[in-house]
Amino acid sequence: MLTFTLRRLLTAIPTLLVISFVIFGLLELAPGDPLADQPLTVPPEVREKMRVALGLDQPFYIRYVLWLKQFFWIEPLYTIDSLFGTSFAEGEQRIVSWQFRAPVFDVIWQRLPQTMWVVGMAYLVGVLIALPIGIVSAYRQYSWFDQVGTFVSMIGFSVPTFFTGVLMIVIFAVNLGWFPSIYDTTLRVTDWESFKRQVAQMVMPVAVLALFNASQISRFMRASMLDNLNQDYVRTARAKGMTEPVVVLTHVLRNSMIPVVTVIALGVPTIFGGAIITEQVFKVNGLGQLLITAIYANDLPMVQTLTFIFAVLIVLFNLIADILYGLLDPRIRYD
Amino acid sequence: MSDGGLPTGGPSARKLVEVRNLKMHFPIYAGLFRTRVGEVKAVDGVSFDIYEGETLGLVGESGCGKSTCGRAVLRLYEPTSGSIRIDGREIATAGFETLRKMRPTMQMVFQDPQASLNPRMTVAAIIGEPLDEHTSLSKAEKLARIYELMDAVGLNRNFANRYPHAFSGGQRQRIGIARALALNPRFIVCDEPIAALDVSIQAQVVNLLEELQEKLGLTYLFISHDLSMVRHIADRVAVMYLGKIVELAPRDALYARPLHPYTQALLSAVPEPDPNIEERRRRIILRGDVPSPANPPKGCNFCTRCPKVMPVCRDVEPAFAEVEPGRFTACHLYDATIMKTAGETAAPEAQSTSDKVQQGA
Repeated sequence: MLTFTLRRLLTAIPTLLVISFVIFGLLELAPGDPLADQPLTVPPEVREKMRVALGLDQPFYIRYVLWLKQFFWIEPLYTIDSLFGTSFAEGEQRIVSWQFRAPVFDVIWQRLPQTMWVVGMAYLVGVLIALPIGIVSAYRQYSWFDQVGTFVSMIGFSVPTFFTGVLMIVIFAVNLGWFPSIYDTTLRVTDWESFKRQVAQMVMPVAVLALFNASQISRFMRASMLDNLNQDYVRTARAKGMTEPVVVLTHVLRNSMIPVVTVIALGVPTIFGGAIITEQVFKVNGLGQLLITAIYANDLPMVQTLTFIFAVLIVLFNLIADILYGLLDPRIRYD
Repeated sequence: MSDGGLPTGGPSARKLVEVRNLKMHFPIYAGLFRTRVGEVKAVDGVSFDIYEGETLGLVGESGCGKSTCGRAVLRLYEPTSGSIRIDGREIATAGFETLRKMRPTMQMVFQDPQASLNPRMTVAAIIGEPLDEHTSLSKAEKLARIYELMDAVGLNRNFANRYPHAFSGGQRQRIGIARALALNPRFIVCDEPIAALDVSIQAQVVNLLEELQEKLGLTYLFISHDLSMVRHIADRVAVMYLGKIVELAPRDALYARPLHPYTQALLSAVPEPDPNIEERRRRIILRGDVPSPANPPKGCNFCTRCPKVMPVCRDVEPAFAEVEPGRFTACHLYDATIMKTAGETAAPEAQSTSDKVQQGA
């Protein structure tokens, strides 16, 4: 297993290098000028100086290699410096966002908590409600519970979050006034009162996203359970005289979890990617919102870095899913 | 319904399993609202007895309801109606807990040794699980019992911590047998236990089953479509067609002189190793397909394909009756009253259909 993991990590390096190059190349080819927002009164020679200050006078490949150096060498050194108080990276140029005039990673660290709280919580809630729903739906196939579950997950699948989100705002924020329609990032949880406010502002975005996640995962869970429920070994377990909870939870569920765990693991990177639309609807200034504003502003270093981090996470969680598969299924052994 | 035939172990042998008029119908749902539009009559009123220590062979072609019957007898399905008594206790209507407590008496060896073992459990866990549930053995006693069972079926003890996928088909079937034996059952349903195995392994497994029967005094319901294997292992044989038992007789009598036309056709399909006899052998080739069990024909189930069909067969369902001591069949040919009254009218058709019997090449 260790050799397998190391080998996969090694093969991930060229993969990620190619991905980073493709992202950089695509952004280079994309139309748009980072200085387009500057007033027209700025004289051309000043504009040219600003361009030089952003490093845009350099050719494409030099800027790419420079970004690589900053991402893989200087930023880790900065992290070490800030953790241990050393000064390895002193005086080195970090990746700076063009729109914020601040290091990209500082901005990401500011935005990460909101995304983790809202999108991460939604994923967790989604998984936690999806698994029991999937199990019961499969065990009582075609019962009213299964029918309702199928209907709700069909809605969760097919109705986009910009619709459910706005619908919830209209019902619960405008008409009923239960929850705020805008997520207040400046809120600090210090006491019971602020905690309640934090929960109240999280309810709607989490609910919208959890519905979407749960409908997907509960379908997987149900299908996987159904695959296993009719297997001979389930009949064997019943013939052994096992109680029904043992049959379903030990025999069927443990086997059904193999594909579901993979699906769940592969979905984790999407948390970090943020939920671009939902974050926009509820004004959660998380990573998804950061990415979309960076794209609008032609903030190439920010877009490049964020997209590349998503790529790293996807490659990483693919590996984690593969390792989990090996741990869960005795028929699969690496090495 | 009359008695289930003469015991092979002498008249003193006790009935262990009594099945009466067992029906297993699977509903068919269709349409927009999934309304019930009919049912597949997989097992449609079968009755038989199994005596202690004997092997009852259950044969029939694919889809005739053999496996369903075997599973329903152990109540791995909920039977539609009928009575199943094992060791004097009714199990067709027993409550879930009562049934669970009775599970140790009755066990099953499944057809597919790969699918019937949980891929995520080691051999020791598979064999030991029923011991956790039904006994209060200590960990060491349990391990000793697992090893004992592995020895009994000829598995190497060192393999106890391996997973089923690491074994060959024959070994897996041994695991399945060891698992079935774990709780000292008295009655085992062997649902085509050898169908998925190589011929060389089939003999091993069948011999193992016979040995275990001798040693432990087991009673088997041996379901198979392999007529020669059933001839080898069974004491009595029941022949099923389209959800019903058409003939039930002691093995030698059945193979020597089959009564029901379906049994005759079935046995005529067994190849003969001697080429001289094989050349002169007459094969009865049945025409047409088996009717759908969702819509069985009126009268006798076999009337659509029977070479000896009479008009009465298309109207009246023949009763399953004892026609000779220990021999049961469901056929109008052996019903004296019908043959007397319908004799003259039936003769021409019986004549014409017998021409359809194909001669062996």
